[in-house]
Amino acid sequence: MRRETGFFRQLDWWTIAIYMVLVLIGWISIFASVYDPEHNRIIDTTQRYGMQMIWIFGAWFLAIAVLLIPSRTYLLFSGVFYILGILILLAVLVLGVERNGSQSWLVLGPVHFQPAEMAKVFVALALAGLMSRPQFRLRSLKGVLEVTAIILIPAMLIVMEKETGLALVLSCFLLVLYREGLPGWVLVSGLLAIILFLLSIIWSTLAVLWLVFGICFAVFLLLAYKKIPVFLAAGLFIGLYFLTPYIFNLFSLDLYSYIKPYQWFLVLSAPFFLAGFIVAFKKRLQYLKMILLGFICAVAFTFSVGYIFNNILQPHHRARIENLLGIEKDIYGAGYNVYQSKVAIGSGGFIGKGFLQGTQTKYNFVPEQSTDFIFCTIGEEWGFVGATLVILLYLVLLFRIISIAERQRHSFGRIYGYGVAACFFFHVFINIGMTLGILPVIGIPLPFISYGGSSLWTFTLLLFILLKMDASRKN
Amino acid sequence: MEQRTRQKHVILACFVLCGLILTGRLFFLQIINDEYKITASNNVLRYEIIYPARGLILDRNGSIIVGNQTAYDIMITPKELASFDTTDFCNIFNLSRDKMESLLGDVDKRRNSIGYQSVIFLRQVSNEQYTRFLEKSYKFPGFSVQSKSIRNYPTPLCGNLLGYIIEADPNFLEKNPGYKPGDYIGKTGIEEMYEPFLKGEKGYSIYLRDVHNRIKSSYENGEYDRTAIPGKDLISTIDAELQAFGEQLMQNKVGCVVALEPSTGEVLTLITSTGLAAEYLSNFSSYYTQVIADPLKPMFNRAIMSAYPPGSVFKLVNGLIGQQEGVLTPETRYNCQMGYHVGNLTVGCHAHPSPINLQQSVMMSCNAYYCNVFRSILDNPVYANIGEAFNSWRRYVESFGFGTRLGIDLPGELAGTLPTTGLYDRVHGKNRWKSLTVISLSIGQGEIGATPLQLANMAAIMANRGHFYTPHVIKEIIDDSTFIPKVERHEVMVDPGYFPVMVEGMYQAVNAPPGSGGTATIARIPGIELCGKTGTAQNPHGRDNSVFVCFAPRENPKIAVAVYVEQGGFGATQAAPIASLMVEKYLTDSISTSRNWLFERVLEQDLLHHHMP
Repeated sequence: MRRETGFFRQLDWWTIAIYMVLVLIGWISIFASVYDPEHNRIIDTTQRYGMQMIWIFGAWFLAIAVLLIPSRTYLLFSGVFYILGILILLAVLVLGVERNGSQSWLVLGPVHFQPAEMAKVFVALALAGLMSRPQFRLRSLKGVLEVTAIILIPAMLIVMEKETGLALVLSCFLLVLYREGLPGWVLVSGLLAIILFLLSIIWSTLAVLWLVFGICFAVFLLLAYKKIPVFLAAGLFIGLYFLTPYIFNLFSLDLYSYIKPYQWFLVLSAPFFLAGFIVAFKKRLQYLKMILLGFICAVAFTFSVGYIFNNILQPHHRARIENLLGIEKDIYGAGYNVYQSKVAIGSGGFIGKGFLQGTQTKYNFVPEQSTDFIFCTIGEEWGFVGATLVILLYLVLLFRIISIAERQRHSFGRIYGYGVAACFFFHVFINIGMTLGILPVIGIPLPFISYGGSSLWTFTLLLFILLKMDASRKN
Repeated sequence: MEQRTRQKHVILACFVLCGLILTGRLFFLQIINDEYKITASNNVLRYEIIYPARGLILDRNGSIIVGNQTAYDIMITPKELASFDTTDFCNIFNLSRDKMESLLGDVDKRRNSIGYQSVIFLRQVSNEQYTRFLEKSYKFPGFSVQSKSIRNYPTPLCGNLLGYIIEADPNFLEKNPGYKPGDYIGKTGIEEMYEPFLKGEKGYSIYLRDVHNRIKSSYENGEYDRTAIPGKDLISTIDAELQAFGEQLMQNKVGCVVALEPSTGEVLTLITSTGLAAEYLSNFSSYYTQVIADPLKPMFNRAIMSAYPPGSVFKLVNGLIGQQEGVLTPETRYNCQMGYHVGNLTVGCHAHPSPINLQQSVMMSCNAYYCNVFRSILDNPVYANIGEAFNSWRRYVESFGFGTRLGIDLPGELAGTLPTTGLYDRVHGKNRWKSLTVISLSIGQGEIGATPLQLANMAAIMANRGHFYTPHVIKEIIDDSTFIPKVERHEVMVDPGYFPVMVEGMYQAVNAPPGSGGTATIARIPGIELCGKTGTAQNPHGRDNSVFVCFAPRENPKIAVAVYVEQGGFGATQAAPIASLMVEKYLTDSISTSRNWLFERVLEQDLLHHHMP
């Protein structure tokens, strides 16, 4: 292997190339989304694409500055940055200006800035700083508490600034913890809890119960030594569940007038449980106990969520959560954004309508079209081909970041790298998922593409700090 | 340092899985599902309707009776409204301050539903107001002008014939799914009858609009736009000059003038008086309540809807039937002592020589003569009973077009009334009535009612000596060779050979030397062989109605006219002069100076006071 010497030759130019392409795609999409024949000059700071150009140049300046700062600085000052960051977040709570319903903006002369965006950077650095200490143990109470504190303190401050979306982003660092040794089941059960929580609000109780049943069955089947009894038990349960109403019908009785379907489900499942537990204890099947326990926990969780949601929460709380989840079906009310977004993307077809030909985004049918819903413009004007290409670019970037992270000699660099990947992943997946109507509308931007200086600078900072560390890893 | 490759791979797999989920969803939205593509075009395309110019209506000589002109509506766009000089605005449009405020208040109430659109603020302002507004329009932000095509009438003619244009009502829209709210349709007259030809086809321009409904640009450079197809122009059979002349003659009288070309059935004039004034037509909706409240019922097209007793002009029909039935010859003579007397019954007549023959009976219009003729028809021994004889008579009368719709191409034509045996059976009992019971029918009174159009048609039958063509008002549609007027030749049930004696009587009635008893000598036109028959129809509501039917010239007649003047007295008093002037005007294009006095006299007649409550 040839030994590379020059600093710039050691930079990961592939990542920089992807970065440049994404920023360019972003600028073109912003241009298209606010395009107006009356303002057709490319440099026009009254228009968003003009402003974005300024942000882009600023971001490049920032990137070069980051590359010039010695990489040791980030390790040494990660704690200081964190404390500074928290102080700024606190300052925002006092001095912040309200904009679009969130009190998260700092105004310095002509510049409006959203420090909540920056939280990603200093939390990633602080987490890397903490966890790269030799004496740090993730599987100790102290370790867990420290990590939780580092993530939760800024998250709570950001929630207080009414930027729930950006606070939720910080949960992405769970992925970093997983990489650094957090048991997988913690992550999986956390994820399952979130999914179950959402589903128990969106779906009927019965549907959630069947889902839990299905998951348990699948796990059971995966682990069971003898598969036939599993099938027999599941088949018996399904058969009894659906046949009984028919049998009742034969005697001109309606089962469901005595009992609700989900109650019938629970009543019927009780003997199966008993049998399951007896089998588990007799044959000492540890995994079966776990599955049955998991099933009971899941059912209890579902019902408690349903109960809390419907009986304890105030109606306006409920509305806010429903709104957040995007389950409002009123396409002219709360569901308008997602509906129009789906219309815009859906109308793009395979190759799209072409540059500046997107009628839905150009004529403002999609709200927030240059910020949170910028993906609509791509989907409408460049179609399936263009949208898939953008998703692919992000995937390549993520792979690149992971590979950079893994090749760091010092664990600080690796942990930080995973933090960067996690942030990008969370933003990209949630943002695109929300424009496609499969995830709740959480107002977070698409990295490098969405309009806005705060977001662009934050992601540039996040990425180039990693690139700087990578470039100087051999020194 | 521990290498955790499993975790790394799980994380990368997670990234790929999520990428696949997003791509799958994209595939579903963009390629499989069509619903969103349709919504997108509904969202963004705005169809601006282009209204076609309505077809013109020309008279038989090619001059325009109904044309189009541009009218100007003042529009308001509430979202663009700013403060302006209301006094100045009011002055331009001659508005009172209260009116202005109530108009602005109305707009304000609908503000939200209007959005970025414009709505009409003032309808059809005058040309002068329009130009004054244009000069100052920069002072009135939010106000604009929208031009639209409305009807225009170069020669103001009677609206009942032409019809008017009005916004389609919900009832009409329900029955005619091709129309949209806000479309204008023809109502009554030619406008209604020929609506499918006149309306043309709407076009549209497709524009892209934004979420506020503001137009942004033309869609695909107008490739999918559709131009409006103008309505087709109609050539009518109406002689505009004659129609206008007739309307002038009928001023201040209630009644009708119908003139036909006997050889074709073309309607030369169709006048109802008092009719719908032309000045109301172009903006009918604003005069609607006023027109409806008028006691003289201008909306009622008497010429085709009113069943009048025909009076003595009907004697022509009975004379012809009598001859055809063989109960009357030109030599048959009857006595008349100031009327027809049987038992208690008397049908009065005027003083004239006696006895007289058939031709003289027409000339002098003897009532007694026709009582005799009618009785000999109904009491004809070839029929088993009165009912059979009456039915036979009725079939004759029907062949003259009475009691049936003639089929003129105008909406609302009525059949008039022609009694059946059933009616008399009901009133008097079956076989409890005889010829004397219905004797009034002999002189066109009683249960018979004819429209003026039917009377004019009878004059045309006399002119043609035994046949007529379906009367019609449109003879050609320009650029539509498929259109042929529905005209049929109808033969009456009386042989042409029986007509000359009647025609001679009509000729004598007008042209007999003074003192010989001609009833319509006032209608004589020097140099024109006019044949006519007067009628004086009893009117239970007031003075007698004045009736006159005629045709000219005697050979190869060019025009047949029926004039009916309500409460006009003797036929010769009102109707005959009008008919005679119409004929002269049509055949010579002017009124000779020797007859100017007659013209003046007709104009001076004001009979409206008879109709006022």
